[in-house]
Order: sequence, then C-alpha cells, then structure tokens
Amino acid sequence: MDPLLLLQQTLNGLQLGVMLFLMAAGLTLIFGIMDFINLAHGAFYMLGAYLAAWLAGLFDAFVPSVAVALLLTAIVGFLVELVVARELYRRDHLYQVLATFGLVLFFDELVKLLFGPQPIFLEPPPWLEGQVELFGAPYPVVRLAIIATGLASAVFLWWLIARTRLGMLIRAGADNREMVQALGVDIATLFALVFALGAAFAALAGAMAGTIVAVRIGMGEEILILTFVVVVVGGIGSIRGAFVGALLVGLVDTWGRALLPGLLGLVFERSVADAAGAALAPMAIYVLMALVLAFRPQGLLPARG
Amino acid sequence: MPRLRELAPLQTLALALFFGFLVAAPLAEEWLLKLATRMAIFAMAAAALDLALGVGGMVSFGHAAFLGLGAYVVGIAFVHGFEGSTLAGFEPPADIWRQMLIAMLAASAFALVTGWVSLRTRGVAFIMITLAFAQMLYWFFVSLRRYQGEDGIALWNRSQGLFVDLEPQPNFHLFAVLCLLLFTLLALRLYHSRFGRVLRAARDNERRVSALGFPIVRFRLVAYGISAAATAVAGVLLANATWFVGPSYLSWPVSGQLIVMVVLGGMGTIFGPMLGAALFVLLEQFLPDLLDLLEPGAGEHWKLVLGPLLVLLALRLRRGLFPALARGRPGAGAVLPEVDRG
Amino acid sequence: MKRPFSLALAACALVFAGTPVGAQELRIGMLTTLSGPGSGLGIDIRDGFRLGIEHLGGKLGGLETVVVEADDERKPDVAVQKTDEMISRERIYIMTGQVWSNLALAMMPTLARNQVFFISPNAGPSQLAGKQCNPWFFNTAWQNDNNHEATGAYVQKRGFNRVYLLAPNYPAGHDSLNGFKRYYKGGIAGEVYTPLEQMDYAAEIANLRAAQPDAVFFFLPGGLGINFIKQYAQAGLKDRIPLFGPAFSFSQDILQAVGEAAVGAYNGAQWSPDLPNELNRKFVDSFKQTYGRLPSLYASQGYDTALVIDAALRSAGDKWMDKATFRLALEKVVLETTRGAFRFNRNHFPVQDYYIRQVVKLEDGTITNRIVEKIFEDHEDAYVQECPMNR
Repeated sequence: MDPLLLLQQTLNGLQLGVMLFLMAAGLTLIFGIMDFINLAHGAFYMLGAYLAAWLAGLFDAFVPSVAVALLLTAIVGFLVELVVARELYRRDHLYQVLATFGLVLFFDELVKLLFGPQPIFLEPPPWLEGQVELFGAPYPVVRLAIIATGLASAVFLWWLIARTRLGMLIRAGADNREMVQALGVDIATLFALVFALGAAFAALAGAMAGTIVAVRIGMGEEILILTFVVVVVGGIGSIRGAFVGALLVGLVDTWGRALLPGLLGLVFERSVADAAGAALAPMAIYVLMALVLAFRPQGLLPARG
Repeated sequence: MPRLRELAPLQTLALALFFGFLVAAPLAEEWLLKLATRMAIFAMAAAALDLALGVGGMVSFGHAAFLGLGAYVVGIAFVHGFEGSTLAGFEPPADIWRQMLIAMLAASAFALVTGWVSLRTRGVAFIMITLAFAQMLYWFFVSLRRYQGEDGIALWNRSQGLFVDLEPQPNFHLFAVLCLLLFTLLALRLYHSRFGRVLRAARDNERRVSALGFPIVRFRLVAYGISAAATAVAGVLLANATWFVGPSYLSWPVSGQLIVMVVLGGMGTIFGPMLGAALFVLLEQFLPDLLDLLEPGAGEHWKLVLGPLLVLLALRLRRGLFPALARGRPGAGAVLPEVDRG
Repeated sequence: MKRPFSLALAACALVFAGTPVGAQELRIGMLTTLSGPGSGLGIDIRDGFRLGIEHLGGKLGGLETVVVEADDERKPDVAVQKTDEMISRERIYIMTGQVWSNLALAMMPTLARNQVFFISPNAGPSQLAGKQCNPWFFNTAWQNDNNHEATGAYVQKRGFNRVYLLAPNYPAGHDSLNGFKRYYKGGIAGEVYTPLEQMDYAAEIANLRAAQPDAVFFFLPGGLGINFIKQYAQAGLKDRIPLFGPAFSFSQDILQAVGEAAVGAYNGAQWSPDLPNELNRKFVDSFKQTYGRLPSLYASQGYDTALVIDAALRSAGDKWMDKATFRLALEKVVLETTRGAFRFNRNHFPVQDYYIRQVVKLEDGTITNRIVEKIFEDHEDAYVQECPMNR
C-alpha cells in the first residue's frame, strides 16, 4: 500500500471522526446525564447545516453565518428540551423514542417546507478553497479546516468539562444525578443548557459537513446511526469514550471503504474482491461495535467504573 | 392483556370492528382491500414486536430486520425460481408454508445471536444496539449484488399457496387474516403460560424474579427469538402483499413505525398493538387526504402533523388506546401497571 | 383517543364515494422524484411534461387530460406502493415520470399485471430493452447505455489510454460502465462502484489520484454528481485530469450548482439546448420564460414524452382506449421532437442521433452545454437483438 495514500485516507477518516465526535459529545452527555434517548439529535445536525447554508447565501459572510446558525440551533435545542424532553426524563425510554421519532418527522418536513425539497449548498469561503501539499500530495484545505475545528472543539469541550463550574456539575450529574439534585443545584436549567450545548455541537458538525456535501433532508438520520455506534463503542455518558469511539469509527469506516477491496485483492480475483469489498465495507463499523460489546458491554471507556 | 372473557365492552367492540372489517374487506373496492391486507400484516408485526417489547420489556429498535429477513426469503426464492437456478445446491421453496418456516428459522437464529450480545446491556444501550444490528443487516442486503442490492427484487408472482391460489387479492388477503388469527391464538397462549408470567414479572421487577432463581436473560432471549420469528412471518406476507422486496424493509424508520404502532395501541396487551397498527395504516393513508380537504396541497406535508401528534401521544398517553377503552370499569381488563421508571 | 379514528373513518367514507371517472378522460400518472438528492431530475421531467401539455393546448390527443402527480422519494418500495395506488384508486391509463432504473424495474410487474402503459421519460434499463422487453413498456429518452457509449466513442477517438471509471451501484450504474467500455477499448486505471446513498467521495478521490489516470469517466446523476464535481475541484484535480461523463453528469441542474468547477468537461447526449431546430428553440425559450431557469435534458425528455403520447393518441383516434390499438399507434409514432427526428425501435426504445457536448461559460456568465460534434447517427441500443418482441 502506498504510504501517501494511506496518509490521505487516514486524514479522511479523521475528518469523519471529528464530525462524529461533535455529534456524539452532545448525545452521550444527554444519555449520560438525563438518561434520555434523543433520536432528534440528527435533526439539529440538519438544522445547523440548512441554517448555515441559508445565511451564508444571504449575507456572504461565512463565519458569522455559521455562528448564527449554531446559536439558532442551540435555541431550538433549548426549546425542544423545555417542551418535550423535560416531560419525559422519568418516563420509559419507549416514550422518549416515540416523541423524538415524532420530532424527526416534524423537523424533516419543516425543513422541506421552509427550504424546499431540493438539496442546497454551503459554499466554503475562498480562503478554504484549494489544497495544501502534505508530503508531496495535495489535500483539500476545507477538510483540514474541518479536522482542526473538530479538534479545537474537543479541546474546548475538555476545558469546559474539566475546568469550569458548569463542567463540574455536568460530570457530577453524569456520575450521580440524585446527588447533584440533593445538593440543591438547579438541575432543570443544567439539563436545558446541556441540551442546547449538544444541539450547538451537532449544528457545527452539520455546517462543516455542508462545506463538502450537499445539505439535504434526511442527512441527520444517516449520521445519527453512526453516532449511536460511536456512543455505544465509546461507553455511554463518557466524553473521552465518545472521542476515542468517534475516531475509531471514522477510521474504520474510511479505511474499510478505501482499503478493503485492495486487501481482498491480494487474496481473491479482482472482480470478486471489488464485489466483496463493496459489500463488507459498510458493515465494518457494525462488526466493530459487536466485537466491542461482546468483550466490553459497557464500552471502551465507560463513564462510571 | 386480559383473557377474552374479561374484555371491557368497548374493547370487545373495537376488536369486533377490526376483525370484522378484515374479514369483510374482500367485498370492498380493490384499493380498500389492499389497505386491509396491509393492516392485517402490520397488526401481526406489531403484535409480534409487542411480545419482545411489551411482554418481555425489551425495547427493540431493530425489528425491521426480522420483517426484512422474512421478505427476503420470498425474494430470494423468487429470483432462483425465475432464473431456474439453485442456492448452494438447494432449490429455495416457492410455496409459502416452507418459506415461512425458513423465515422463522433465519430470523430466530439472527435474533439469538444478536440478542445474546444485545442482552448484555439494558436501557438506552439496548435500544441503540438492536438498531445498529438491524442497520448492519440493512447494509448487508444493500450490498448484496446477487439479489440486486439497493434496487430490491420486484416479484412477478406471489408465493404458491398449499390449497389456494394466492394471486387474486381476496384469496391472499384472507390467507393473511388467517395467519393473523393463528398468531393471535398462539400469542395469547404464550402470554398466559408460565413462560409469559415469568417474562412479565421480570419486566416489572427484575431483581425479585432473579432472586427466585429464574435465568432471566435466557427467558428474554427465547422471547426475543419467538418475537423475531413471528415478525419474519409478517415479512413473508408483506413481500407478497407489495410484490416487492428491498432493503428499505429493514431500514430504521420501519422499526420506528412498529414501535409507534405498539405504543399507540397499548404495549403488553397484544390486541392493542394490532389496533395501533390498524390506526397507523389508516393515518398513513387518510391523513394526507384529510389535510388536502382542509387546505388543498397541504396533504403533501402530512408528516408535519403526524410528528407533533406522536410527540403529543408520548407526552399524554399513559397506557395506549386499548387499555384506555377499558376505562370506567376498573378491574375489567386488568390493565397492566404503567411501566415507568424513576 | 377515539377522535382520530372517527376522523379517519369519515375520510374513508369521503374517499369511498370515489373519484368520478369520465369516459373520454385521459388519466396519466406522473410518478417521479420530487424530494431528496434526485429531485432536480424529477422536477425537470415534470415541468417539461407540463410545458408540453400546455403547448398542446392543455389536451393530449385532443382529450381531457388529468395528470396525477406523486413523489416516489427515490425509494423502490414507495414507487411500487404509489403505483399500486395510482392504478387502483386513480385508474390511470398511462404511467410516466420515472427517473431511476431501479424504481422502473420495481414498478414494471405491477404495471404489466394491470395492463397499464409505462412510458418512461428517462429510466431505460438494459433488462427492459433486451430479454425482458415488455409490450407495456416504452422509453422516450434512450437506453441507459447510449449516452455512455457516445462518450466512450469520443474518449477512444481522443486517444486516452488510462481511464478511471466511477459509477453508483445500481442497474443504471452497471449499464453505464458497460456502455462506455463497449466503445472505449483502451486501458482502465480503476473501476469503482459507490453506494447510491453515498455523498462524500473523499476516499474514492484519494484512490483515484493514486491510480494516476489520464482521464476520468464518471456517471453520477443529480445531487451525487454535484458533490463529486465539487469535491474533485476541491482536491485540485480539475485542471490535472480531464473529466468525461454522460450528459447526466453535466446536465443543467448540475451545472447550476457546481458552476465553474465543471467548465471544459465533455459529455455525450441525445439533446442539447443549442440543437438548431425550430421546436427546440421554442421549447428552450418558453421553458426559460415559464420556470426562470435553463432546461436540462431531463426537461426536454419530459416535453418530448408529451409530444409522443399526443401523436399516438391522435393516430389511434376514437379507439385510443383499446389497448392493442394504442400500443400499435405508439410503436408507429414518427415525429419531430426537440432532439429532431424520433421513432421507436422494435423493443420500444428510440433510434436517434447522439452528440458530444462541452460545458462552456457564455459571455453573460451562464454555464451550459454546447455541441462539439455528432458522434452517432440513427444509433440503436445494444440489446435489441435479445428482445423477442415484434421480431
């Protein structure tokens, strides 16, 4: 295997990985702290992408558009918590599934009504166009920017959780919800903030995705399932787990698609290898998940012991 | 779910209406008959899911996988029959009985393997893992070039019946209703058996049942397998009803819809999910028409109404439609206690 | 909780009253993709078809014409279900609109079983042109391979010898690369099929670069192509390795979205906005006027489909409701369309000319296609020999 190609595919895997992390961070916090399953998390991703693309088209200012999109999505997240999620924390997971499934249908249709059924595009600004030479092979700037933004967000999140009072409460909440409540913390506001934060991170992932692929209805559901795998592999409620899980899933998925046909080609005939590679690659991450669960049902880096 | 003689009058009425409509449907126009067939099939799938979800307390978000497995048994048999080829030396059966048998075996095998892994977890993790396994199978069929992958298989003919020709819609419909009735009887037996009682007790109080020395995980695994097998039979019927088999039958919104049907009708009541399925199929069909009546062109956006409706149901609905029908007669229909945590 | 149930029952009763069907009314089903990444194609077909009917005075063959529209969401199971509904509830006589081959193949048994004419304005899978050719199926666009064959012949003529091939993993994708290779005989640097749902081609583009081809041939219609062309330009390959494709990879709906990234690329097509015939000029102008955008080849196909149905109805006259008569009338259709002379082969696929077009930027900044040369004359598809019909 050509080492340069391997490097490029690894970068592609990282790029998918950091986007998954931004999704998974919010989702895993919501799982961990509120014990709430949120199928509508993908809707935040889609909303972020649509809002960013729409605003950037209107005002021709990339960074402010994305920032406003994050803010608006965070507000939507806050409202969803207030109106729907809050009522369901103490109910069976089943009702959470039902309600957030309803939200998915609602947001998909709402976006269709507002922005039309056709995909729209988020044009990256000129300073994100072009390529940089990495060891002699060009790599798109926009993808490097995504990796950098993703890593920076991870650092920010680490700081937020490890070094601030809010983070302390979040950590405490993830470890022992009852205890935090007993200490007289305004748990309702904390939950709403976490929800809004998660929505903002999802929107950021969506806006980043919008610079490389079309922004379209249903994009949230595709990434949601991958995010679930990340959360389960990493360990529910664990930010560190989400980070490791996201990178692992991103790399396994990209390597699987890029390298599997070639690897199988060493053993089988070309046509057989191509067919088998194409068939096995999309399943790779689910196999990974099953393997992790078979040996560590609580995930790689679980939040609690 | 109560024994039949303990049903409240409204419950009896609802069931009589439902089954009456199914049996009388062949007298209606063809498109209405097809709607009834769809109702019967999804009633079976939803009630089958209820065995795992309501009775067993396992929130499976991947039951579309079993529905799809059943459908693919029909599809694969059709492809080989059409080509006159064999599958690994065997000739896949064209008759619906043997197809159902194979579907049940395949689905329960998949359920036992994935269930063994999934049941190592509980709660949110179980939901996501069952979803991911279903997604894995979805991708498997998407990539399966031999059987047209994502394109699916269009059926030029239905499976062969044993004594009847299943091609005419009325025949096929009555066959599907017969399957539903047989399944209902089996599910009732199961529910009231010792096995069913242990499952329900474990759902309501896991620690106590475990302390009594019952191997809960093994009980649940078996229930999961049975539920999967029954869902696969519905899948065999679904393929024949739509003349089509494709990976979309395994996609996660289908799993979500099945859950909606169960919760709508009242989980753990077997009959409830059947009514829930009927209601959902009706909504799917008539909500767009209804909206169009109110505001021409609005029907296209019917999900804008369905979504909040589901949210509202989740927020306000405590027990589901079927238990609600017994209201006013406490004791009658001894409805299950609400399964809330906290 | 009982409320929705009674509402549904009320609706049930309403619908049960039925849609009255006039005896001399022509009912056509327009089932196409109106949402999602493939919707640009479906919307263009529908708009072209609408324009065609409008130009014919709102009536096809002089008959009261009702067009029932529905969205298939580009999902085969949805397409089959809606087809079933259109037949049993809407009592359509003709089905049209279909973009995707996999959906067309899924719909075919249902349509044939109910003896409904399926006049596809786009999807033309090889199965239905060859061994499984069908008395109920007609295609007014091309057989899937044709535009790829045209491009293959051109790439061969230009003397490229290390071509990298990319197509989605569905019947038209396989038809595509087969068609290309039927006329391109040089070396192949790589051949990749991607999932139809895939939107990010980063992994494939990196592999492509590593394979060092001298040209790339790709078939990615609609939203897929938009993503690919953008990412290809982002990867800096646009000016290094030339892009070739069928018309579908560079149709107007794509050019509108990708802009400069596609300028210079060559593609094979049966139609072009600059084809010099009167009908085409009228079509392009009035499409622009009505919808405020340039028509794509899909729009021209939708328009031509209306013309073909109209011509067949006229020649069948009063007996158009007799299905054998109408079929014969369709088979014998000869008329001028936006792409010039049109007629069906015995397998119900067109025999027509094919051109090579290049993506250019006009002086007013519009990015569109211009004809470079005619590559095939009276071209028929490669499967007609396998079709047992009308032999």
